Amino acid sequence: MSVRRLAKEQPASFTFSAETLEKANWWIAKYPESRRQSAVIPILWLVQKQEGWVSEPAITAIAKLLAMPQIRVFEVATFYTMFMLEPVGSAALIQVCGTTPCMLRGSDALMHVCKSKIGAKDKLSADGKFTWQEVECLGACTNAPMAQINDYYYEDLTPENLAQIIDDFAAGKSPKPGPYNGRHTSEPLGGVTSLTDPALYDGSAAKPVKIPNFPAPEVKA
Amino acid sequence: MAQTGILQDKDRIFTNLYGLQDWGLEGAKKRGAWNSTKDILSCGRDWIITNMKNSGMRGRGGAGFNTGLKWSFMPKEVKDRPHYLVVNADESEPGTCKDREIMRHDPQLLIEGCLIASFAMQAHACYIYLRGEYVQERERMEAAVKQAYEAKLIGKNNIHGWDFDVYIHHGAGAYICGEETALLESLEGKKGQPRLKPPFPAGSGLYGCPTTVNNVESIAAVGTILRRGAEWFTSFGAPNNAGTKLFCISGHVERPCNIEEAMSIPFRQLIEAHCGGIRGGWGNLKAVIPGGSSVPMITAEQCEDLPMDFDSLRNLKSGLGTAAVIVMDKSTDLIRAIARLSYFYKHESCGQCTPCREGTGWMWRVMERMVKGDADPAEIDTLLEVTTQVEGHTICALGDAAAWPIQGLIRHFRHEIEDRITLYRSSKSNFAGHSVAAE
Repeated sequence: MSVRRLAKEQPASFTFSAETLEKANWWIAKYPESRRQSAVIPILWLVQKQEGWVSEPAITAIAKLLAMPQIRVFEVATFYTMFMLEPVGSAALIQVCGTTPCMLRGSDALMHVCKSKIGAKDKLSADGKFTWQEVECLGACTNAPMAQINDYYYEDLTPENLAQIIDDFAAGKSPKPGPYNGRHTSEPLGGVTSLTDPALYDGSAAKPVKIPNFPAPEVKA
Repeated sequence: MAQTGILQDKDRIFTNLYGLQDWGLEGAKKRGAWNSTKDILSCGRDWIITNMKNSGMRGRGGAGFNTGLKWSFMPKEVKDRPHYLVVNADESEPGTCKDREIMRHDPQLLIEGCLIASFAMQAHACYIYLRGEYVQERERMEAAVKQAYEAKLIGKNNIHGWDFDVYIHHGAGAYICGEETALLESLEGKKGQPRLKPPFPAGSGLYGCPTTVNNVESIAAVGTILRRGAEWFTSFGAPNNAGTKLFCISGHVERPCNIEEAMSIPFRQLIEAHCGGIRGGWGNLKAVIPGGSSVPMITAEQCEDLPMDFDSLRNLKSGLGTAAVIVMDKSTDLIRAIARLSYFYKHESCGQCTPCREGTGWMWRVMERMVKGDADPAEIDTLLEVTTQVEGHTICALGDAAAWPIQGLIRHFRHEIEDRITLYRSSKSNFAGHSVAAE
């Protein structure tokens, strides 16, 4: 478990933007009418997209929207670690995966870059542009080491790549997500070892097939 | 004799694993998705469940329970409560990154599997629960679901004759939500704390209704298995370990990658055919975590001629888990590698059961001292003892998962911990015995 508390300094109020509210209603419609509470995580996420973090007035507003006790929203916001309970960097929130598969491939060096370029972890940088964190496995282990920056994954990183990416964000650019060692996704670097048979992609798989073990028609007594 | 070894391309289920082809509906159809789905449904639910059972498909989420058998636990008749299918796409087990590739590159196979599975269990609605970090994958899934609705493949009055809705849902960064009942709690808008079982989800799951929770890979394979026949699927792998499987190979190999292979493929062949071998050569291998971080490690010696399947790995007191193979070469500080996993479990414990909430933190703190060598040799046994007190004494398997990596380390590499302690002590001029408590 990790201890997570709301920020000491809170804004006076929170208002849903029209866009957030529209998306929130789209989420609510996914669940049975009596189960609006199911939308709480997606809506907290929308609010975080709108404000950059989750504040106490926002929690109150969500509780009202979903007709659920405020404490239940509070519980969810503090339980799930993707909710930022304090303001984060305006240019980028950098979350470096530090779990063993990434550690084996050099995530220590990535975190060292973050420390030297941004400062202490979990703290807003002096210029307010960056926050960096060490997070637990992000599920891109064959592309280790990697980091999630804002919404997307930056994979197969070297310290040099990451330093460049941070500089780009600082300059207001949006560096391209994905692997940084030249591969497409998670295929072996340098060329695939499978899925090269052209017959897989020529449309022959779409021809009608006879289902094996097709049941015999029932004989009516 | 079932085939083992390198799979031919024609026998691969996930033909767009790397996203080199079109992920959209047209591309997916060309590769065989949604082919004859209506014929499959026309065979009836009993036929589908029987054939899934016969295929021997064991759940791909880690536990390895027969998928068809799991479906058969759902009530035969729909009474006052609707049935639900929930797809577990909260892929968070360290080492595992296969479901991600299915969702962003072959989403139609997953949606097709959802329809067939839901039909077999008489569910009209399915929720796919993605981990929150998978933003790109979620956007892709939403787009794919939209395409399927527009083509009338799913939805009300679709061409398959079974009214069926798919909803994408997401979490927000909690490993524990990969546990099926925690996932259901989370989907209901609560903290992800596992429920006591029984009642099992098939009796009382999502919103108190009969629910089956399946892994992405299990569901996405259903269409292809039924199209090609249960016998086709069982023709791969050792008996009781049928089929093809996505392996995620990370760590100290030359070229880490995801790859679909036949079950029971020898470990060495898997690594050498697809990953360019162990970094520094086969002789440089030290240990392997063969099934995601939760399973105990095995040694290099045990990896000689090792078939990668559920039963072979269980015989080595480890497990296939999610088939996430984490390879560690001789340069690895194994104690630190496991201490980092202990931190992971400490961080991800939901805090509900005392043995896990307190035990994961305790084990992590002791492991951190062992990394330095700042411990007493007798503490190795104390640590082992504590792992057995956490294991099996919690509501869910997170307690077990936190205990097993440490047990694996001590089982095979106790001497390394002892050496570390000796080294630490030898660097202190006046070692006055050990007195640091874990707290």
